[in-house]
Amino acid sequence: MEMSPLQHEMGLAEPFVTTKLDKVLGWGRKYSIFNYPFVTACCGMEYMSAACSRYDMDRFGAGLPRFSPRQSDVLLVVGTITHKMAPVLKQVYDQMCEPKWVVAFGACTISGGPYNNYAVLQGIDQIIPVDIYIPGCPPHPEIVMDGLIKLQAKIQHQKHEV
Amino acid sequence: MSASSENTGFRDTGSWAGPELVQALRERFGEGLRAQSEAFGEQEITIRREILPALARCLRDEHGFEMLLDLCGVDHLGQREERFEVVYHFYGLAANRRLRVCVPLSGDQPELPTLCGLWKAADWYEREAWDLYGIRFAGHPDPRRLLLYDAFVGHPLRKDYKMKARQPLIGPGSRHEEDASHV
Repeated sequence: MEMSPLQHEMGLAEPFVTTKLDKVLGWGRKYSIFNYPFVTACCGMEYMSAACSRYDMDRFGAGLPRFSPRQSDVLLVVGTITHKMAPVLKQVYDQMCEPKWVVAFGACTISGGPYNNYAVLQGIDQIIPVDIYIPGCPPHPEIVMDGLIKLQAKIQHQKHEV
Repeated sequence: MSASSENTGFRDTGSWAGPELVQALRERFGEGLRAQSEAFGEQEITIRREILPALARCLRDEHGFEMLLDLCGVDHLGQREERFEVVYHFYGLAANRRLRVCVPLSGDQPELPTLCGLWKAADWYEREAWDLYGIRFAGHPDPRRLLLYDAFVGHPLRKDYKMKARQPLIGPGSRHEEDASHV
């Protein structure tokens, strides 16, 4: 088969690209995030802002919130989690299919935030594993975007079981 | 709205019970009434805990206080000899008047007779006071915690509750999974 001028220019010997399955899966998964917004408090306002047209999370392929944990692969924990809410969050996490990721959105989910008291869970990582922590009280949408891009990098570079 | 109200723009929320009522109660219960005071134009009586059921029934049946508006606990740790106090607010619909009744309680495990038999409203108020202050209400039909969960240790609004105390986790996978089945 004769090489086209473009192939010649790019130094490609054959009319196809080689890659690894891991990388293809990572590339596909990082641009098709279905998120589950577990919104319990004021951080929800910033989540809405980040998700809607002004900041537009859909630019990163994360524009389709699913309100069933069975259809989603990123759990966005947005807002204060109390001790009584913790079992619900754990159950939602358990219902999600692999592969799945968790984003701790805002100070309350990271450490309990300003609520150092008897009612509030001091960080959701006490009950479920967390992939990305987005700090702020509440986080500005630009920090949310930064967190999302970091999550995408993490998804791209991790090992994907087939 | 009351035409006679001098306040403009405010709703007339009724009057507080006058000294006549307190006088009548004093004649009826004698030494059971420990103190009487007036604050912000409101009548307040402090009673011995023994007369609470009789006083409550008397207020409801003879003086027209049909409603139990509120019941709350107070912790006076380090400030008063009698550490706890339960404060009742009664309201008479027909006469549109209110009365506050304070019941001081000594000891760290305070207990009062329940008022559930007289007012249904006492049910959740008493459960809340038990939940947050650890004040027992003897004879309550359902003396569980109201706001917190069964695995919770202690009563968080007590002044000696450690601010940084940590509670056991509940829910799937935790040690208290069985306890949390109704959560």
